[in-house]
Amino acid sequence: MNNRSDTLSKIQHSLTRRNRAEARFRWYGRCAIFIGLLAVAVLFFDIISKGHGAFRATYINLDIHYDPELIGINNLADNEQLSAGNWQALSKTALRNKFPDVSGRQDKRRLSKLLSNGAGFDLKDHLLANPQLLGKKESVWVLADDDIDTYFKSWLDGDAYDARMTAKQVQWIAQLHQEDLITLKFNSNLFSRGDSREPEQAGIRGAVMGSFLTLIMTLMLSFPIGVSAAIYLEEFAPKNRWTDFIEVNINNLAAVPSIIFGLLGLAIFINFFHVPRSVPIVGGLVLTLMTLPTIIITSRAAIKSVPPSIREAALGMGASKYQMVLHHVLPLALPGMLTGAIIGMAQALGETAPLLMIGMVAFIVDIPNGFSDPATVLPVQIFLWADSPERAFIEKTSAAIMVLLSFLIIMNTSAVWLRKRLERRW
Amino acid sequence: MQATDLLLSLIVLGLFSFYWSRGRSLALANPLGGIRNLHSLPSYYGLHAALWCTLPATFLLGIWLIFDEIVINGMVMTDLSPELIPSDNASYNLILNKVANIANGILPREDQPSGLLDAADNMLSLNVVSQWSITLLIITLAMSGLAWSSHKLKVDFRARPAVERVMQNLLLACACVAIFTTLGIVFSVLFESIQFFRSVPIYDFIFGLEWSPQTAIREDQVGSSGSFGAIPLFVGTLLVSAVAMFIAVPIGLMSAIYLAEYASDGVRTYAKPALEVLAGIPTVVYGFFAALTVAPFLRDLGASVGLTISSESALAAGGVMGIMIIPFISSLADDVITAVPQSMRDGSLAMGATQSETIRKVVIPAALPGIVGGIMLAISRAIGETMIVVMAAGLAAKLTANPLESVTTVTVQIVTLLTGDQEFDSPKTLAAFALGLMLFTVTLLLNIFALHIVKKYREQYE
Repeated sequence: MNNRSDTLSKIQHSLTRRNRAEARFRWYGRCAIFIGLLAVAVLFFDIISKGHGAFRATYINLDIHYDPELIGINNLADNEQLSAGNWQALSKTALRNKFPDVSGRQDKRRLSKLLSNGAGFDLKDHLLANPQLLGKKESVWVLADDDIDTYFKSWLDGDAYDARMTAKQVQWIAQLHQEDLITLKFNSNLFSRGDSREPEQAGIRGAVMGSFLTLIMTLMLSFPIGVSAAIYLEEFAPKNRWTDFIEVNINNLAAVPSIIFGLLGLAIFINFFHVPRSVPIVGGLVLTLMTLPTIIITSRAAIKSVPPSIREAALGMGASKYQMVLHHVLPLALPGMLTGAIIGMAQALGETAPLLMIGMVAFIVDIPNGFSDPATVLPVQIFLWADSPERAFIEKTSAAIMVLLSFLIIMNTSAVWLRKRLERRW
Repeated sequence: MQATDLLLSLIVLGLFSFYWSRGRSLALANPLGGIRNLHSLPSYYGLHAALWCTLPATFLLGIWLIFDEIVINGMVMTDLSPELIPSDNASYNLILNKVANIANGILPREDQPSGLLDAADNMLSLNVVSQWSITLLIITLAMSGLAWSSHKLKVDFRARPAVERVMQNLLLACACVAIFTTLGIVFSVLFESIQFFRSVPIYDFIFGLEWSPQTAIREDQVGSSGSFGAIPLFVGTLLVSAVAMFIAVPIGLMSAIYLAEYASDGVRTYAKPALEVLAGIPTVVYGFFAALTVAPFLRDLGASVGLTISSESALAAGGVMGIMIIPFISSLADDVITAVPQSMRDGSLAMGATQSETIRKVVIPAALPGIVGGIMLAISRAIGETMIVVMAAGLAAKLTANPLESVTTVTVQIVTLLTGDQEFDSPKTLAAFALGLMLFTVTLLLNIFALHIVKKYREQYE
């Protein structure tokens, strides 16, 4: 009797402690989830707060006089004259007319530094599009330099960053702002141009096109090969050592670091087969090998989920094994396979390291138009910009990341949607 | 004809032979009273013809594409006039490039030695010959394939099994791409590594304590003997991975336990995908985050308490890598925890254990092999992770175990050694392949071992 009450009191005493341990353990779990979610939130907040500014750029309003003598041309159809023309003079003169009391070489140079050094060429393009303007005056919004852009945006936010500005420049900006001649407008350059050394002129169009071409190449190769491999392994492969070996290989390739695929691409495709560097073809080949395991594994899961009764019914009606697979199993497994393909493509879109190995890291200004044009891709562009010293590139990089993440979010949500919408529950 | 034109004409020929043979089989069957007198459906006769017409020709085209340039270059170089014959590999490539550029009109023909001009003309004429012969060969092959197929086309020809045999082989070939990829990886890193170990002894590479891959371009250059001791890289890699695991394992494991055992359905449906978002973010984004946000934050934090934290510290790179790996560990652990049979939990709870005691003393030990396998897969990921360390870790190889200092890793060195234009046979670039070999071997062993554990564990409860 005594023994029993002893045990009971022992249990009674330990209960509070044990319950506290239970509560603590739950708290650890909650904290872990909270930290994970916090990381997601901080990451997104950080990128968006750094990058939202890049979608608008600073423009300065100037009265441009398209003076043929100033540019040094008389015929807009003459290409030689056009390329020799002094287009920078247009904006410089307009700026000097705006601030007539600026004197001295230093100050004059600082003054012209208010504008992007591509401003002249923008004006040239504008003039070529509207030839009737030659000899006339027009007030034009001209793109400002990246330092001015950084300063103006931070100044508007009330926390002016003037480390790269002179006192005079600050004063000019204030004057322009008072007269409403400087403003933020939508940054169309970001979406319409290729890479540039000048942050204000750099855009992601080239990288987006490069990513698109590379992904098309990857999809065209990896989807048919991956689906065929999955069909073979699920429906036709005999149970033997060779099949086991193929499976072990696929599972291992899924976990091989991506940079190793880059080494493979460099040694085999570029050095052995002499595929040119930096082109979407070789990028697509490398990414195909990399995404193939993902596509094979998800396609196999999709084929496996088709119930055997369907196969038996088809075979019972006299279909051959191939007819059974092609006419019945494949259409039913297709939504699952497409989901896998989209996930694989999302993985390929975000991949950087193997593409560095095969030379897609080059500085490329032109926008690629074909599979054999030199190109870079969006993640590599992000890497290149993140490495650039100019402060304005931080903003650009974050904006490019926002674009990349939105593509990825679209792809992944469409994969989830597709799975919910089309996949049948048996 | 160009390769793309040839491919297009093959497609057209294939379509033509499909419809032609299908029509012929129908024409054969009609007088006999319909297609039920044929052995196979008419489209199989069409497919048989199309396959015979295009497959061998495409195969030949592929082989030609691979070897065309190599063979022509070799022939041009052997016919080179004697005074131009190159002495070593580098000048061989130089001359070849020059000849190709002259032939393609990139270099002007003026002021070039006559030997080079002859070689360029030789190359041009060889190109023409090769183009014409391949065109002729491919058309002949396609036509004879078609002829063969139409010769076999009879009412009782078993077209379906014939087509299906070919398809089975095509499917098998697709499945074997995985094997060829593995072989390709092994051979590419192995051959270059063997070349590297010829100039740097393997013992010095694996056990050397100093890493400075700058080799001298001129003999008399100062301080650029180039030493390839990889120990600092291995230590750096382990350090960064250890920091990452230190963050990812507790957080990933605890969130998996909470989601699997405690969380209500509502929390589970939202928290799980939200955590998975971390797995979908590209590594270059993490790299940017580590280099521009986390590293400066840690440096300032350290400065405010009197610690010097390098702005390229292993802590920043490893910490962000840990965040990246959280969903990897949590989803793998979630799988194995939910696979533990409910009866084991019920037994423990019935004995009076609290839920956390059940988890710690019953569920986790039961799931341990799977969890260990998952952690090993995560380690292999951390070791092979590239972009975060390239952007946030340092370049200088330092032998230290202090996470506040800057270290470099194997992947960082591979990237720095191989980006940009380099001479392909210098020890500097070959070292990257030797590092790749190490990386591949270690991750492969980890993966095989981890997959083995996970598989064995799964079988236990199935």
